[in-house]
Amino acid sequence: MARERRWRGSLDDRFRPSPALLVALVLACLTLITLDYRGGSDSPLEPARRAAGEVFGPVEVATAAAVRPFTAVPHWFRSKDSMQDDLMALQAENSRLKGQVNSQDYDRNRLEEYDGLTAAAQSLGYSLVPARVVGLGSSQSFSSTVTIDAGSDAGLRPDLTVVNNDGLVGRVLRVTRTTATVLLIVDSDSVVGGRVGRSMEVGFLHGRGVLGSDGRLDLELVDDTAVPAKHDTVVTWGSQAGGPYVSGVPVGEVTSVYSSLRETSQRAVIRPFVDFGALDLVGVVVPSGTTSERAVIEADGSLG
Amino acid sequence: MSAVRALVAVVAVSLALVLQVSVFPHFAWDGIVPNLCLLVVVGAALTRGPQFAAVLGFVAGVALDLAPPADHIAGRWALALVVVGYVAGRVRQDVRPTATAVVATVAASSFVGTSVFAISGILLRDPSLSIGELLQVIGVALLWDILLTPFVLPSVMAMFRRLQPDRALA
Repeated sequence: MARERRWRGSLDDRFRPSPALLVALVLACLTLITLDYRGGSDSPLEPARRAAGEVFGPVEVATAAAVRPFTAVPHWFRSKDSMQDDLMALQAENSRLKGQVNSQDYDRNRLEEYDGLTAAAQSLGYSLVPARVVGLGSSQSFSSTVTIDAGSDAGLRPDLTVVNNDGLVGRVLRVTRTTATVLLIVDSDSVVGGRVGRSMEVGFLHGRGVLGSDGRLDLELVDDTAVPAKHDTVVTWGSQAGGPYVSGVPVGEVTSVYSSLRETSQRAVIRPFVDFGALDLVGVVVPSGTTSERAVIEADGSLG
Repeated sequence: MSAVRALVAVVAVSLALVLQVSVFPHFAWDGIVPNLCLLVVVGAALTRGPQFAAVLGFVAGVALDLAPPADHIAGRWALALVVVGYVAGRVRQDVRPTATAVVATVAASSFVGTSVFAISGILLRDPSLSIGELLQVIGVALLWDILLTPFVLPSVMAMFRRLQPDRALA
């Protein structure tokens, strides 16, 4: 046996890894984990992430553009071009109207409150940079993030709000020249300041980390005597500087309410308006007058 | 030859990564896509043994950890794929693996890989998912990987076999 092993030496060596190499690899992994875990938001790996983004970003954009005609094939079969256009126009209008209805309660309350007027004026002064989703983080990574095909060249920077026709999508985490990484609000790390449109009660929306049709958010209200009703609409609360989330963007509707004895607060389950499994065209909210390489949709609907 | 081999392996991993991030989400089930990088590492392990596969697993894992839109703590996929490369490489005998053996290896690797990643997340308190949800994700990912095995593994293994320096011996 020993003799045979010696005879086949060179072949066997390849299948018997050197322990030193394995130990080195595992230690390298643990070092990376420790560096990134301790570093938090200004981790020493951010430059590496950015570099990887600069390399893989354009490739992802090109790949997504290349497969887009094929993913659109089923649509094409369903209806002719003109019908498709009509359908899209109607869908867009429908989403817009739904958005209006959803934020009606909130808008009425906001008008009644005098100091809300200034916030409204502010939130109307934003423009949108259109972008497409070109990459989706897999659920095996247990984080809900997407890549969009607009980056610092298009005027983006971290902590900008991302919306689509239906409502709030998420916020920009980091940008490269041509792409940006967006944290979806359903991610388990995501916390959004939310406001129940009908009662103006504020609270915090936590993602559950589940994508797809059963993706839900948990709303924890600051005031534990306030009980939201089913089908109440939740909009973003927005912070003073307009970042990371601008105010008044529809997020979702209340599907159920339960009280937690342990934490002595009311919790509501929110169904988001946005279908995160089928994200495509999104808009990034930028301050009005941002210089961008592409057409920016201004607050009054014109292209700037 | 060795530089060419490394280059081809890195290109294969990059291609797998881009397909995984930009193309397969169109077919995803609840956001779960086949882990093509893991399949490439398993293919390398079955043809070239644990040492090469562990190194390739490290490279593929770091790419998965850093390329957008990844946002988890870096190094977790690297650790998972180093383990996968090592384990899958040890399974290999000196005969050519049969189709059943390849599928079984992929299944075991997928389970081990996704589990190591999930467990590292639990230790670092990264995801707030319950064990049931974690197991569901691991299970669906396993099915995806097995489903893609007949389309990916034969070409990956043929490629690595062709790059083998001592083909005559093997």
